[in-house]
Amino acid sequence: MIHQNRPLKRYHSRRRSALRDRQFVTAVPYLWLILFFLIPFLLVFKISLSESVLAVPPYLPIFEWVPEGFLNIHLNIGNYLRLFLDPFYASGLMTSLIIAFVATLVCLVVGYTIAYSITRIPQQWRFIFLLLIILPFWTSFLVRVYAWMGILSKDGLLNQLLLSLGLIQEPKQFLYNNFSVIVGIVYCYLPFMILPIYSVLEKIDEVYLEAAYDLGCSPWGAFWRVTFPLSLPGVLSGVALVFIPALGEFVIPELLGAPDNLMIGRIIWIEFFNNRDWPIAATVAVVMLLMFIVPIMVLQRRQLRKQG
Amino acid sequence: MPPLSQPQQTLEYWQDPKAKPYIVIDNVSKSFGSVQAVKGVSLQIYKGELFSLLGGSGSGKTTLLRMLAGFEAPSAGRIYIDDADVTDWPAYERPVNMMFQSYALFPHMTVSQNIAFGLKQERIAKKIIQDKVKWALDLVQMAGFGDRKPSQLSGGQRQRVALARSLVKEPKLLLLDEPLGALDKRLREQTQFELVNIQERVGITFVMVTHDQEEAMTMSTRLGIMEEGRIRQIGAPHDIYEFPNSRYVAEFIGSMNIFEGIVIEDQDDFVLIDSEEAGCQLYVTDSAAVPVGSHTAVAIRPEKVMISSTPPAGNRNSAKGVVREIAYLGDISIYYVELESGKMVQAARPNLLRFSEREVTWDEEVYLFWRAENGVILTS
Repeated sequence: MIHQNRPLKRYHSRRRSALRDRQFVTAVPYLWLILFFLIPFLLVFKISLSESVLAVPPYLPIFEWVPEGFLNIHLNIGNYLRLFLDPFYASGLMTSLIIAFVATLVCLVVGYTIAYSITRIPQQWRFIFLLLIILPFWTSFLVRVYAWMGILSKDGLLNQLLLSLGLIQEPKQFLYNNFSVIVGIVYCYLPFMILPIYSVLEKIDEVYLEAAYDLGCSPWGAFWRVTFPLSLPGVLSGVALVFIPALGEFVIPELLGAPDNLMIGRIIWIEFFNNRDWPIAATVAVVMLLMFIVPIMVLQRRQLRKQG
Repeated sequence: MPPLSQPQQTLEYWQDPKAKPYIVIDNVSKSFGSVQAVKGVSLQIYKGELFSLLGGSGSGKTTLLRMLAGFEAPSAGRIYIDDADVTDWPAYERPVNMMFQSYALFPHMTVSQNIAFGLKQERIAKKIIQDKVKWALDLVQMAGFGDRKPSQLSGGQRQRVALARSLVKEPKLLLLDEPLGALDKRLREQTQFELVNIQERVGITFVMVTHDQEEAMTMSTRLGIMEEGRIRQIGAPHDIYEFPNSRYVAEFIGSMNIFEGIVIEDQDDFVLIDSEEAGCQLYVTDSAAVPVGSHTAVAIRPEKVMISSTPPAGNRNSAKGVVREIAYLGDISIYYVELESGKMVQAARPNLLRFSEREVTWDEEVYLFWRAENGVILTS
């Protein structure tokens, strides 16, 4: 009996340790998220509930021990009320939404076309095209945005080109408006749209297209009825990868945008550094996160589960 | 033709001189760069046939099928379907549907949506589409599975859905690329007959590509044996099996004993061949015309070779040898007999007696003999 039991026991203990290893491995991303997402978020959330003062740090603590052993909690929801009552923030949010939406749409149309074209060229050339798409990342983000200032400014390349072609009589200002911000966002985030769409398109089996032709679809019909629906997971990742950062984008509107038409990223910056009102800046950040980014993530997760 | 080949009274489509071919492949070739995959194939297929293209990999059978579907354009030659020259028609305009080897069911659609796919393309009323989808699902016995996704089906169920999807548009020609290739053996045998039954019910002309000779033999009205881009022989399964026209076909379908020899007499109703390999004279009732003195080959199927421990009467069509191997297959045994010339001959015998009671065993001297009408003269 004892002899028979021994290998079984060893088997069980080995299984248990394997289980522990697996749990450890899955714990790593959770640890990462707790350390670098949840804790910072809670800190920001805490600041958003405190009161602004002229001090260092520029906000009052929420928790305070008072001598008789009491814990005093001061929760200030005034920042949240202000956010919803003052149209300054709502208009900033609207501007951000519209610009991020338009930029994402342009990215989608352009990015999908590019990704699709790359899947149509011979395998050995694709690598070069993908490399060219990633290549600009090797220079600084700031340099790339500055480059657009050089192109779009009054004496920039675009004006010189249009003047020499005789399409305009005097230089126009293309910079410092929503158009230039959208151009900047599309340019900087396009690779984030192209790459996920390309990786999905590349995996779609050619035989589905043949089946669609065989069943009477023209190439155009086959694209809309087969290729596009099958590429939706890539489209959704691309849209999320462009829309979320575009919504909170700070550098591009700061350099290329209009001084009066503020995006939410610049509002946070102004409140934080110019007005030193940390609580309201934190409030804007928290609200934006909860209003847009969380729903997008949930939607994406559900889509992924549906695909799997 | 010898009397064995025509046991039936009624003429088949391809034997009726008045019948008009439905699909005509006229001298079609296809090259990929410097590789010629199909070399001047001409083929006529009649309405309602189940025609199989049988061949090894690289024989050009799949390329020929893809040219019928419209996925490849012939480098030369024309293709006609029901009198229309479809050679330059794109795949989506041809009255042809295909059942793909991988089934190619759209993963983002349900079974019903997959089947309705081709119908929706024709902008027919919703109600009619629904009825047709139901009819197709019933036909392949998949009613009740309409709302499933392809990923929720077994291999055999996917195969049925793929068949339903390609049949529902009622094409003039249905192409099947290795239709049973992805199924396991038991399911494959079952599905063979089902596929034939469905084909007879809907009356659509089928052209099937397969590398499985058993599949081609059981299902087809006729088959074409392909090798290196050419069709080597076209005929009904029993014609090709009984009367292969070449060494390639003889060895490709089933197994075959082939004896080399020199013609010593050629009459209208028989040929006499002296074969050193067989160690006897071969007397074959084959009407083939072969000049006296020329080299030729005679083929005899292993199951037509009889085996005995006592010498048969007469010395024609009988060879002496020693049993070297016995392959016991359960229902039959295959005896590998070495003749005095060193030639190995296969003889297949049904296992009428129990294994321990059989009359011939290893290393025994035996006589092999066969009937004159079972030999076939191979002209190429």
